[in-house]
Amino acid sequence: MHIPDGYLGPATCGFFYAVMLPIWAVASKIVKKTLKTKQVPMLAVGAAFSFVIMMFNVPIPGGTTGHAVGGVLVAILLGPWAACIAITVALVIQAFLFGDGGLTALGANCFNMAFVMPFAGYYIYKTLSYHAPFDSNRRVIAAGVAGYIGLNVAAFLTGIEFGLQPLLHHTASGQALYCPYGLKVAIPIMAGQHLLIFGWVEAIVTALVVKFLQRQDPALIA
Amino acid sequence: MKITTKLWVGMAILIALSPLGLILPEHFKAGSAWGEWGADEVQALVGYVPKGLAKFASLWNAPIPDYAFKGWEEKGLPHLSFAYIISAIVGIAIVSMAAWLIGKMLAKKGD
Repeated sequence: MHIPDGYLGPATCGFFYAVMLPIWAVASKIVKKTLKTKQVPMLAVGAAFSFVIMMFNVPIPGGTTGHAVGGVLVAILLGPWAACIAITVALVIQAFLFGDGGLTALGANCFNMAFVMPFAGYYIYKTLSYHAPFDSNRRVIAAGVAGYIGLNVAAFLTGIEFGLQPLLHHTASGQALYCPYGLKVAIPIMAGQHLLIFGWVEAIVTALVVKFLQRQDPALIA
Repeated sequence: MKITTKLWVGMAILIALSPLGLILPEHFKAGSAWGEWGADEVQALVGYVPKGLAKFASLWNAPIPDYAFKGWEEKGLPHLSFAYIISAIVGIAIVSMAAWLIGKMLAKKGD
């Protein structure tokens, strides 16, 4: 769901940069207060993990591909604000160095994957694991569910952003200027393929890593 | 072994396995991610290239486009897999250093 350049019109691109700037500012302010020096290596690992897990494109045979993001996992480990920063770093490098996701769409991509996804996933995890012992299986399941929903919320938003473009920008003859597919196509496809396939990949990755970390040091996933 | 050390070992395994993200889609004949087509693919899908898309699609020339070296596009899976692994290593190095630096600048001292 890395929206490339040319798919979102100037209004949408500008809007999401305008939304993300204060979010990044608040994120650095809060992380400044909450992140401990000993957590810095974990922030680096989390950003790197998110970067590399997004390289594992999962095919829908004969169709498209998609991938996990790791955004909920990083949020469980470091909190949603630190996750926002970690995933933003991964998305910025992907866009500039590898052309994965557009520069004009970077605000929107960060909103979907570095803001909404970690926050949605984090609070779902917190709710589902409420009062669960650190070493309980409920935490593993909560992490999987949070990963599944977190990725799907992000995919749904991406579908809306794509689908709004033909409404916002078209020629007199009705040809789209940017993404050519409207809401009726973009939302069902983005939501459908993540509900059916990619969400499960995110769920399994998130649950497995939480299970592993739980065995290493249960306090990590508090 | 420290937990972060173990996680870096895991990262090395993921780097080695990363070409799966290239090979599996190829094997199962899966194309681009939805909404991430090049201009020619859009032309084939909807019969025209939207004007704004044509204008902005190649706004940025990434140094390692799509995790492949420039000019290697037709070289076949083994070469592309090699480029993919190098991309993973380079990307992880830069991402983790940038996140580490930001973390160092922000984190509170003392604990």
